[in-house]
Amino acid sequence: MATVLKPVDAVVIGFGWTGSIMAKTLTDAGLSVVALERGPPQDTAPDFEYPRIIDELRYAVRGETFQPLAKETVTVRHDIGDVASPYRRYGSFIFGNGVGGAGMHWSGQIWRASPEDLRLRSHVEQRYGKRFIPADMTIQDYPVSYEELEPHFDHFEKVCGISGVAGNLRGKLQAGGNPFEGPRSDDYPTKPLPPVYSAQLFEKATSSLGYKPFPMPSANSSGPYTNPYGVRQGPCNMCGFCEFFGCFLYSKASPQTTILPILVNRHNFELRTNAYVTRILLDASGKRAIGVRYVDREGREVDQPADMVVLSAFQMHNVRLLLLSGIGTPYDPKSGKGVVGKNYAYQMSTSSAAFFDEDVQINPFIGAGAAGQRAIDEFNSDHFDHAKHGFIGGSLIVTDATGGRPIGQMWVPPDSPRWGSGWKEAVRKHYLHTATFNSLGSVMSYRDRYLDLDPTYKDSHGLPLLRLTFDWHDNEYKVAAFAVARVQEIIRAMNPRSQFSLFMKPGEKYDTRFYQSTHTTGGAIMGSSPANSVINRYSQSWDVPNLFVMGASAFPQNIGYNPTGLVAGLAYFSAAKIKETYIKSPGALVQA
Amino acid sequence: MTVNAGLNRRQFLSGTSAAATVAAATQVVLGTARGGDAPAAAEADYSPTFFTKAEWAFINAAVGRLIPSDSNGPGGVDAGVPAFLDRQMELPYGHGAFAYMQGPFQPNAPVSLGYQLPLTPRELYRLGIAAADEASRQSSGRRFFELEVALQDRFLTALETGTVQLSGLPAKAFFTQLWGNVREGYFADPLYGGNRGMVGWKLIGFPGARADFTDWMDQQGKKYPYGPVSIGGRRA
Repeated sequence: MATVLKPVDAVVIGFGWTGSIMAKTLTDAGLSVVALERGPPQDTAPDFEYPRIIDELRYAVRGETFQPLAKETVTVRHDIGDVASPYRRYGSFIFGNGVGGAGMHWSGQIWRASPEDLRLRSHVEQRYGKRFIPADMTIQDYPVSYEELEPHFDHFEKVCGISGVAGNLRGKLQAGGNPFEGPRSDDYPTKPLPPVYSAQLFEKATSSLGYKPFPMPSANSSGPYTNPYGVRQGPCNMCGFCEFFGCFLYSKASPQTTILPILVNRHNFELRTNAYVTRILLDASGKRAIGVRYVDREGREVDQPADMVVLSAFQMHNVRLLLLSGIGTPYDPKSGKGVVGKNYAYQMSTSSAAFFDEDVQINPFIGAGAAGQRAIDEFNSDHFDHAKHGFIGGSLIVTDATGGRPIGQMWVPPDSPRWGSGWKEAVRKHYLHTATFNSLGSVMSYRDRYLDLDPTYKDSHGLPLLRLTFDWHDNEYKVAAFAVARVQEIIRAMNPRSQFSLFMKPGEKYDTRFYQSTHTTGGAIMGSSPANSVINRYSQSWDVPNLFVMGASAFPQNIGYNPTGLVAGLAYFSAAKIKETYIKSPGALVQA
Repeated sequence: MTVNAGLNRRQFLSGTSAAATVAAATQVVLGTARGGDAPAAAEADYSPTFFTKAEWAFINAAVGRLIPSDSNGPGGVDAGVPAFLDRQMELPYGHGAFAYMQGPFQPNAPVSLGYQLPLTPRELYRLGIAAADEASRQSSGRRFFELEVALQDRFLTALETGTVQLSGLPAKAFFTQLWGNVREGYFADPLYGGNRGMVGWKLIGFPGARADFTDWMDQQGKKYPYGPVSIGGRRA
C-alpha cells in the first residue's frame, strides 16, 4: 500500500525549465506546490565547481548527469511492423536527470519559432496549395500565434540574460540582427559575445554570398546581469565546457542560475528529489487527477494528493506517463484515431568541417554553446520560396565551435587513417585548424511516426518502456540535402584546403548510434480540438482539465530551431492563463 | 534568499575578471597535485587488477599499435592508456552500470539501432581478447602480442572491418569498444590514469582544464600560447 501524504494545491512532475517556471508561477499565486524530480539535487556549488566540472570523460562521455539508461530507456524501431530494440547506450539523444533537467547541461542556443512555424499547415496550403503537403504528412497549426507568445518569449529571454542582437524590433529591421525573425517587443537583455574565429570566417563567407549573418542568441550572459527575479548572472568566459556540463561561472542560464534561488526557500514550495513518478492518479470518472504516485529514494510507494497536476518531464517521459496513467486515447497509426503518442518528430542535422592549413588558428576549444557563434536564417521556416524545392521546412545554418572536446569533437579528413601513426599525424595536423558548421533542420510529422508503450521491455520498476517508431521521410532527406549544399557553398567561400560533410542520404535509416539532437518532439501535441490533440492552447489536457502538460511533447511537428525558447514561451503563456483564470475558476479553459 | 544568493554570486563573480582569472589559473597550476595524475614513474610498474597477464599483454600490444609512439611523440602505452583501461573496468562503467542491460537481446537487430549485445565492457574485453588471441593463433600460430607489428596492424584491421571471425562476439563490436576506450584514455584528464604527462593534449594543442579564454576573446585567430593544465593542477 502506498503511503498517502497530506494534499497540496499542485504537484509538479519533473524539475527542469518548465517545472521551475510553473512552480514559480503557482507559488507566486499563493498555491502550495510540491515538485517531484526523479534525479538528484545539483547546483553550481558544489556540483559544477571548477576544476572538477572540466572533465570531458565524466560528464560528456560517461554522462554522469544524464538519466541512467540502466533504470529506464526507450525502445526504437524504424517501421510499424518491426520489433523495437532498446536504446541501450547513449547515442542519438540524451535525457537530462536531476534538478534543472536538460536545462542544466544544455548548450544555451535559444530561439523563438518563426511566426509561420506556428501556423504551418495553413501557411503552406495558402502559399503552395493543399497538394504541396504529402498525404501521409500530419502537420497541423499550433492553436496559439507568435503574437500571443511574444511577451512570453521576451520575458524568458530576460529571465535568462540572453545575449544577442535584435533583428526586428516592433516591425523595424535592425542592422546586425536576424532579419527573418518575428517582430520583437524588445532587444535582448545583454550584448553578444565576440565571435570566435570560425564565426568570423562564417560572417565573412556568408556576407560575401549575400546572406545576413548575426550572433546566435545565447543563454550565456555576456556581462554582469540581474534578471527580473533579482537573480544575478556573470559573464561567460568561453570556457568550452557548456553543452553536457553545468556552468561553474553562473553564466549559462539554467533553472539553478535564474529561477531556483528565489523559489527554493518559499514556505509554500517543497522539492523532493529522487522521486520517480509512476502514475498520475485519477478519480473514478477518469476526468479528474487527484494526485500522483511515486517511488521515493528508499523505494517506498508514495501518493501525493493534489488539486492540480503539472506534467513537466522530458518530452518522451510526458508521453509515457500519460500512457501509463491511462489518460487520453493512445494513437493508432492504422486507423489514425487517438492522439496520445501521435506526431513524434525529431530534427534533421548535418555537420560539416572545413580543414585549413596550419597557419589558420581556429582554436576550437574557445567557445561555448551559443556564445561567440554566428548563424544565418535564410534557409529556415518559409524564409525562402519552397515551390521549386519540393519540400516543407528548412534549417538554421550555424557555426559549431562548442568546445572542441578531444574525445568527442575531433574531425580529420575522411581519407585519414583511422588509427595508428597516420591517425596520430592527422589529429596533430588538423585539431587546431578545423572549423565546423552545422545545419539544424525541421522534421515534419507523419501518420506512421509515433510513440506507444513497448510490449516487451520494462524499466527497473517493471513498467513498460516507451517505444519510438521513427525513420526519415523523403521530405527530410531533401531538407538535409538542401541545407548541406548551402553549408558547402559557405565553406567554399572560406577557401579551406578541403571540406567534408556528414548528412543522411535517401535510403539511409535513422541511426541511434550517433548523437544528432536531443530535440525530440510531439506525442502530447497541442491543437484546436480533442480530435486532433492531447492539450489545448493553454497546455491543458482535454481529457483531464486539472492536468497541464509542458514541453516539446506539445509540438505538432518540429521546427528548424532549438526548442527551449518555444517550450518556455508556451509554459509562460500557460502560466499566465492559469494565474489569471484557472486558479479563480478551475475547469476547461477552452471548450471542446 | 534572493539577496543572499545575489551577494554570494557577486562576490564570486568579482573574482572572475580577466586579471583575477589569471590569478586563479596560476593557483591551479601551482596548486599541490593531488589524486590521479601521478608522475609517470609511479605508473611504470602498474599492476592490472582486472586484466590477466595474457590479457595485459594483448592490451599493451594493441594500444601500442592503435596509438604508437613515433616522431609525433609518446603513444598510448607511454600515456598510460593500458592502466586507464584497467581502471575503467573496475568502475561502474566497466560493469555496464550505465547501460540498459535487460533482455531479451536481439543480436540480429539492424546495426543502426545501436549496441545490442548482452555483454558489459568487462565481458566484452574478457571474451574479445581470448577470442582474438585464439583467432591469431589459428591463422599464424602465435598470440596477438607475439606477432610482428606489421602483422598486428593487419590483424587489428581485420577486427575493425570484421573480416576475422571471433568466437562468441562480433569482431567489429570488440574493436569499436577497444578503440573508443583507447582514445578516451589518451585524451581524458590524467586523473583517470591515462594521458600521462598530458601527452594526448600536447599532441593536438588542447589546453586541458584551463577553461578561461577571456584573454583570447579579442585575439581570435592568433595562436594560443599556453600549454595544458590538468584538473589536478599539473602543467605540461
